[in-house]
Amino acid sequence: MTEHAPARLHGCWPAAMALACSGCARQGNFLRPSGEGAELIAMLTWATIVLSAVVSIVVIVLTAYAVLHRKEDVRDWTEEKDRPVIRWIVIGGAVVPGVLLLVLFVATMLTLAGLAPMRASGPLAIELTGRQWWWQVRYVNDSLPQLRFESANEIHIPIGVRVPVRLTSVDVIHSFWVPELQGKIDLIPGRTTHTWLHAERPGVYQAKCAEYCGLQHTRMELLVIAHAPDEFEAWLAHASGPAVATSAGEPGLRVFLDAGCGLCHSIRGTPARAGIAPDLTHVGARLELAAGTVPNTRGHMAGWIANPQALKRGARMPRMRLTPEELHVLVDYLQRLE
Amino acid sequence: MGRFAVFDPPPGMSRAEQERFEQTWSAPKGLIGKLRTINNIPIAQRYMITAFMFFLFGGVMGLLMRIQLGTPENTFLDAETYNQLFTMHGTTMMFLFVIPFIEAIANYVMPLLLGTRDLPFPRLTALSYWTYVLGGIFLYSSFLFGAAPDGGWFAYVPLTNREYSPAINMDWWDIGLSVAEVAAMGAAAELIVAILRTRAPGMSLNRMPVFVWAMLITAFMIIFAFTPLIVGTAMLELDRKGLTSWFVPEAGGEPLLWQHLFWVFGHPEVYIMFIPAVGIVSHLVQVFARRPLVAYPLVILALLATGFISFGLWVHHMFTTGLSPTAMGFFAAASTIIAIPTGIQMFSWIGTLWTGRPVWRTPLLFVIGFLVIFTLGGVTGVMVGSVPFDLQAHDSYFIVAHFHYVLIGGVVFPLVGGLYYWLPKITGRMTSERLGRWNFWMMFVFFNVAFFPMHVSGILGMPRRVYTYAGGTPLDTLNMISTIGAVGFALGVLLFVVNVLWSLKNGEEAGDDPWQADTLEWSQSSPPPQAQFPALPVVRSRHPLWEQDSLEPEDPKLKRQLDDFDWKPIGWRGTLIVTVQDARPLAIAQIPGPSIWPFIMSIAFVFLFAGALLDSAALAGIGGVATLIALFGWFWPDDAGRQALADFPEHDEDPDRLPLAVAGPISSGFWGTLVFLTIMATALLTLVASYYYVGEGPSPWWPAFTPDNAWTAAAVLLLAVLAAGAMFMGVRRIQRDATPALGAPLAVAFAATVATVPLLWRAWSGSGLAAATDAHASAVLFLICFQILLHLVLAAMLGAGLAWALFAAGDRRGRGVAWNAALVAWFVAPAWLISAFTIYLSPELW
Repeated sequence: MTEHAPARLHGCWPAAMALACSGCARQGNFLRPSGEGAELIAMLTWATIVLSAVVSIVVIVLTAYAVLHRKEDVRDWTEEKDRPVIRWIVIGGAVVPGVLLLVLFVATMLTLAGLAPMRASGPLAIELTGRQWWWQVRYVNDSLPQLRFESANEIHIPIGVRVPVRLTSVDVIHSFWVPELQGKIDLIPGRTTHTWLHAERPGVYQAKCAEYCGLQHTRMELLVIAHAPDEFEAWLAHASGPAVATSAGEPGLRVFLDAGCGLCHSIRGTPARAGIAPDLTHVGARLELAAGTVPNTRGHMAGWIANPQALKRGARMPRMRLTPEELHVLVDYLQRLE
Repeated sequence: MGRFAVFDPPPGMSRAEQERFEQTWSAPKGLIGKLRTINNIPIAQRYMITAFMFFLFGGVMGLLMRIQLGTPENTFLDAETYNQLFTMHGTTMMFLFVIPFIEAIANYVMPLLLGTRDLPFPRLTALSYWTYVLGGIFLYSSFLFGAAPDGGWFAYVPLTNREYSPAINMDWWDIGLSVAEVAAMGAAAELIVAILRTRAPGMSLNRMPVFVWAMLITAFMIIFAFTPLIVGTAMLELDRKGLTSWFVPEAGGEPLLWQHLFWVFGHPEVYIMFIPAVGIVSHLVQVFARRPLVAYPLVILALLATGFISFGLWVHHMFTTGLSPTAMGFFAAASTIIAIPTGIQMFSWIGTLWTGRPVWRTPLLFVIGFLVIFTLGGVTGVMVGSVPFDLQAHDSYFIVAHFHYVLIGGVVFPLVGGLYYWLPKITGRMTSERLGRWNFWMMFVFFNVAFFPMHVSGILGMPRRVYTYAGGTPLDTLNMISTIGAVGFALGVLLFVVNVLWSLKNGEEAGDDPWQADTLEWSQSSPPPQAQFPALPVVRSRHPLWEQDSLEPEDPKLKRQLDDFDWKPIGWRGTLIVTVQDARPLAIAQIPGPSIWPFIMSIAFVFLFAGALLDSAALAGIGGVATLIALFGWFWPDDAGRQALADFPEHDEDPDRLPLAVAGPISSGFWGTLVFLTIMATALLTLVASYYYVGEGPSPWWPAFTPDNAWTAAAVLLLAVLAAGAMFMGVRRIQRDATPALGAPLAVAFAATVATVPLLWRAWSGSGLAAATDAHASAVLFLICFQILLHLVLAAMLGAGLAWALFAAGDRRGRGVAWNAALVAWFVAPAWLISAFTIYLSPELW
């Protein structure tokens, strides 16, 4: 860890923050993609939307004409007279749709090939584990086994690369969805599923759980943050390291450990090494708290620690009984963990 | 009586005799009488009203959810309530509204369309209804305890298993669902036998009205689709009770198995709702275009194709679970190809309207509304069948929009149109055209206002099943528009209710045939007489009321055969049995009269449900004993049956006189048993497939096989074959002998079957497998318990047959019981061969 790395990060953070704040307000839109995966799907989608619109309009116009045009008397109906009509039924109902569906099928399979998980390029990979109701993120490097660290509710990727993502769940089924980057993939207990993330330009992309996973399914969001390659390297160097303040003399860390936070959370470089709740090593640098429930500000963090159930009922985090001073010192400490 | 003289009482029939005939078919009166009623018409009316009430409840839940989502970060509902509401909204609409409502309409109109007098198993109709209404109340009572189901109508495990849903909520769902299952299965068996065996003479398969075809296909689909659901919910409930571990990953179980079982039901389910709806559309199109449907054979083929293909595309609900590209390709192709049969039907309707002369009445408006809305739902369906698009759209509001277009546009609009069409027949009064037009336009416009914006919400990344969303985005406006639309749509539905209530008092008299329609129900008075057809109509055309001058028999032999149905029989309910393909008269069947036992049995079921819910052996025991008592009461021979036997003696001199259908292939019971066995075969197939789907678990597959167990399995097989062989002898005696001696074969078969039950249990208990912690063991346990269930059913049937043989050997009804038992015995032996092979031998071949 070099001296100025945090400073550099600080330097780029306001930009990221600005993106995030507009990100809070900007809605994801899978027809305005920012990555290769979503782009492939968007192309197919536009094609099918146009096709669907044409088919719908044709059918509706035909229906309208059928009931509104002027008729001769139909009392002398014979089966003979139906012959040409039946020919049109076969053409309109089977032949034309058959050809269109065949074209669509080819486009589907080509797009699917483009989305294949095996198109991911390592060596850096992300292991995403679903938990009620947050995301455990582990960064691993397949050719560099010592690089392996954990974070939560935020995924950082470099732009221009298809970063492999391996997903599983430890409790119920969840689904990972970044509308602007990639289609959904489920997180299933007892299985590992695969996808990749690719972003074309730096930015903060909203992601969320798309499979109903219990009481707070709504409050299970995360952010995907894409960096330019050199910026990403700097981020990686910093994020993979221990927390910035680990000295036993830190009053906030003492409160953290005394209150028992370390029974669930971990802060690398301190005795807190538990792994059943979000890793807090660099919690101060995160943009949001409680899996997208609130922005990560001092006030929200204090509120969350003091009464998690008020913010996100059913969350597994217990209410911490701290004095106002303790809470102040603790929040102060956690906010410094950038 | 109307323009068809055939239905007038025969000349020379005394007034007293006429009254006695009408008395035979009339539904009993008074409070107890209402509980004993089994006639299809009053039962179907109750069914319709109950299902419509559930539609309104489900709609209110939808409105509450829309109010919550109308504004961002709304706190009108909390997370728990919202989750309960969307679970119950879906469950209600699927299981308590659409399916029962379709069954209700089919129960009402089917005998009228077929030209027969009632459904073949009227007591089963009553049981289905009572179970449905009591079960629905049972499920809704969970609201009173604040414990409504909250795991989604699809109830994905592990979220719904014991660990993540420890409260009683999902038990309520799981057990309450058996209600819909019982009712749907009952209706399916009923309709299959009714359509295949009790049509009007001359109504060959190629003359059946489209709705009849649609219901026949639907009934088969219900059997093949609901059976896996029943198996799946049984697995889930036993997992929740901690007895098995089908879906527990740590025990080798597979959460995805639930998804497969649920969607192999859930997707055909969509077509189970859709096919009857388009069947109704075909009727409305031809009646209101004033000409026969163009390309009738193509439309029937399209319905059949839809039914088949619908079983090959359930996996498109699981595209995001990480499947192989081959699997995705196959299911994408199947999911989109189903558009072709639908396209054929669309163009057939358009062609019919094109060459017809549309009559602008309310039902036609709903048909046009259906064509427009369903087209949009159909094309978005093709879109989501394309896997990559589905990866984005899945579980987003785009899907919510899509399936509401399909289910409201494709099912509710035709149902409402169908109601406007058949209500005059049901109530005898016309509804108001003015209110009808308002009703249509309100529903049509506000439907689109409510659901079209949801396509956009989904594209903008709004997932399903969220109780709120962040503000400051276009979602605010879109959701507000949807909420306004939902309120308007609800008002439109309310107008329908107003119109119906208004018509009951103020509506014009409908007369027999207010629409100048083509099918048999319009030849009768509105509402129809209790016997429905005092004399049986004869069909010589696909559109008898348009193309036939009379419904009377022309062929002298047919005329003589039908004489027995001319305001006859008196004192018992007789109906005609015909051949499957050509509908040539074959026999006269006695169908059961009023009975309190179906009602009592449904009460017993409620005790069983409550016992299962509360883990109370006492309640379940009461329910079990009461069920047995009800079964005895139900099947206890009555006077009507004796009188039928006396009226139709076994050896009649008159060669033209039809025989009484009491035993074998001409009886309805025989066909009902075949339907039952089809259900059992489907269940067995589901269990075997599930066995192979779950992983090996802590114990490998082989341990079920011990030398001791192998001998037990072989002994069971031997005994089952012995029982089957004995019943083969029995059936030969029935076919050959004038007075067959059935005591010996029945006694042998009964003894052999009873002996297998403890042996089967030993095959399980001696295996040393632990189902609670081992998914493979759970699969073995299920296969063995399923076999025990089969043997118990067989033993009960054989026991009943034996009782007949011992106490009333000459009575022909005993032969019917023996015949049906034989069918079951011939199924049970091969079933065990398959199960035993799966459990004991297949792991070795793996």
